[in-house]
Amino acid sequence: MANNQHAAPAPVGGSLVSALTLTCGVLIALMVAILAVRFLFGLGAVTALNDGYPWGIWIVVDVVIGSAFACGGFSVAMLVYIFNKGEYHPLVRPALLASLFGYTLAGAGVIFDLGRWWNVWNMYWPTSINPNSVMFEVAVCISLYVVVMWIEFSPVVFEQLGKREAKKKVGKAMFFIIALGTVLPMMHQSSLGTMLVVMGAQIHPLWQTPLQPLLYLLTAIAMGYAVVLFESCLTSSAYRRKLETHMLTPLAKVMLGFLAVYLVVRIGDVVVRGALPKAFVPSVEALMFWLEMASFIAPLILIGAESNRRNPAKLFLAGILLMLGGALLRLNGFLIGYETNVGDAGGFTYFPTLAEVLVTAGMFAIEVLGYIIITRRFPVLPREDVQAAH
Amino acid sequence: MGNMNDFFDTSRKTLQDVEQRLEMPRREFLQFCATLAATMGLPAGAEAAVAKAIEAAKRPSVIWLHFQECTGCSESLLRAEHPTLEKLILDVISLDYHETLMAAAGHQAEAARKSAMKANKGKYVLVVEGAIPVKDNGIYCKIGGQKATDLLKECAADAAAVIAIGSCASWGGMPSTGPNPTGASSVSEILGKVVPTIPGCPPNPYNFLATVVHFLTFGKLPEVDKLGRPKFAYGRLIHENCERRAHFDAGRFAMEFGDVGHRQGYCLYKLGCKGPETYANCSTLGFGDAGENNWPVGCGHPCIGCTEKGVGFEKPIHQVAKMLNVTPPLQYPRIVEEQGKAASFASAAAVAAVAGAAAGAAIMLTRNLGLSHAAEEAERAKDTGAGDSDKRAAVDKAQV
Repeated sequence: MANNQHAAPAPVGGSLVSALTLTCGVLIALMVAILAVRFLFGLGAVTALNDGYPWGIWIVVDVVIGSAFACGGFSVAMLVYIFNKGEYHPLVRPALLASLFGYTLAGAGVIFDLGRWWNVWNMYWPTSINPNSVMFEVAVCISLYVVVMWIEFSPVVFEQLGKREAKKKVGKAMFFIIALGTVLPMMHQSSLGTMLVVMGAQIHPLWQTPLQPLLYLLTAIAMGYAVVLFESCLTSSAYRRKLETHMLTPLAKVMLGFLAVYLVVRIGDVVVRGALPKAFVPSVEALMFWLEMASFIAPLILIGAESNRRNPAKLFLAGILLMLGGALLRLNGFLIGYETNVGDAGGFTYFPTLAEVLVTAGMFAIEVLGYIIITRRFPVLPREDVQAAH
Repeated sequence: MGNMNDFFDTSRKTLQDVEQRLEMPRREFLQFCATLAATMGLPAGAEAAVAKAIEAAKRPSVIWLHFQECTGCSESLLRAEHPTLEKLILDVISLDYHETLMAAAGHQAEAARKSAMKANKGKYVLVVEGAIPVKDNGIYCKIGGQKATDLLKECAADAAAVIAIGSCASWGGMPSTGPNPTGASSVSEILGKVVPTIPGCPPNPYNFLATVVHFLTFGKLPEVDKLGRPKFAYGRLIHENCERRAHFDAGRFAMEFGDVGHRQGYCLYKLGCKGPETYANCSTLGFGDAGENNWPVGCGHPCIGCTEKGVGFEKPIHQVAKMLNVTPPLQYPRIVEEQGKAASFASAAAVAAVAGAAAGAAIMLTRNLGLSHAAEEAERAKDTGAGDSDKRAAVDKAQV
């Protein structure tokens, strides 16, 4: 197995109580309180959603962007298991852990946003499913992927609990689970882009393209690597561990490869469709388009040179910029570049309420808190002492 | 309707006779026939058969019994204009016994009934108006010393057809309202079989006329449901064809008498209208020849369900009806939809704070990573210059 040449994962240990974990706890408590109001009195009681904007930040940030941020597990697993790059194996578990939380919360976030959430079972019930719907594809695919990821992650739990038999059993089916875990995100990450396609003329020409599924898939993969850069640097700093620069430097090169392909497709598409002039009309959409493009192009300039890729500060910054670019692509498509009922009525407007922002903050707080607790108590990160002697 | 002459030979003698007998223009007579045919839901052209049947003036004998009732059914028939019941009595049928209309009184009246029954044995039509009391051996209603139950059974025995008119005769109606002190019962209950009924309090006279004319035209009574009600008149819920139905579907309800909704003619469902659980054609067939709005709901009062057993005279008038088909939703979409508000100070501040915190943390972390990288690079540069042995020494030193 590829992981034999690496240090075995081990719990980081240490206290779970810190300023950060306490802050996360407060944010989560606030979120729970707001969600209680939401489930008792409905969406109108806490959100700024209206008929023109049925999707707010709970969908766009928590689900669409959140699930793209959670592509680290998928991107690294694809690199390690499909392209057989064993040298990145120590990155798999932490990336998978972040993905696990990202996706599970994205699934939960959908429930928060459903007006009549108690009907959600119809989405899976054989007699009431609608197989022709993009939404159905996304819903089933994400649900399935969440289950698949928990199975992928289960050896970590079994290891910690000392259940060797169970771990062995899961290990036998793991090749299939991993394959599934690579295919499923490709399906629904591209389908998230398809949702924009089906919204038709409501989406600004800069983001309305039949290539949107491909753009979403390419950015999701690149963002997966960016998240790993971000997460690895952050973990090393926070836990005062040795930086994993020796793995991150080549990984960043893979990321730039996907990013370059994305930029060619993206710019080519905008030009071929004749939407480019729209980017020079003074408007919020044009400004956001250039911000988005700048965020995607900046990493290429920042770590384009091999020497710069050895600098963890630049790797970290490039990772953040790419994540920002991917987030903006999604935010711009679903909210900024989305316009409905323009006319006599004057059009709809949407800006998230404080409650919506706090729920989204709470969701990210769960991810951070969960990551801290699990890395401190379960064998996710590589054992540090062995790593130091390496 | 097309050209009348296509259907009728307007010059034929019988039609001219009718014109004279009924003292009504031919056109009006033919319109009446067409109205009746349409009421019965008969196919186009059936009005010709109807007209011929009425022209023929077979004058079947009709015996009309009154029991526990208010004579409202007869009253409503007398208000029918085309033709007046007077004409119908004189021409179309031979009304041999009708307590409130006949000139005869006392033993003379009973004798007329008995002779008509004898002369038209097996051919006369028996119409019953009013419920029949059965409690205490049926002593609460007697005519000519004869109990209502006995009179009904006697008259029904040799009748060609029995028709129960009004809710009282159909299912007990008002007299049977709890606690039903006289044990008021329907014609069907007394005779032990389903008889055709024209329930209503009072029923629309056209439903009765159409039933009688159907009998005259085709020699049999129209198709009925399991309660004996002609399907042409009682096949659909009042709610289904109600003129206020659109208000129901849009969720516009009068909440109390005289409120804004009530004045604007909104749906009366929430005032207790029983249209959703009452089978009758009130909403499609004008009442009393006074225009299409002349029925309870048209006048702004909820339907009380008078044609429906278990609803009329049983449920409180303002109790909300049980929906037999569509249940109204609890909420309706607003007519003017909210379009959203611009950012509030709190939410804008929250978004800015989150963005600021994230940016600040990212910058700090980048700076620290940069510093550690610079230190590492500097150390590496120093190491390369000093050679391997020195490097080992430096590491040893650092570890100490």
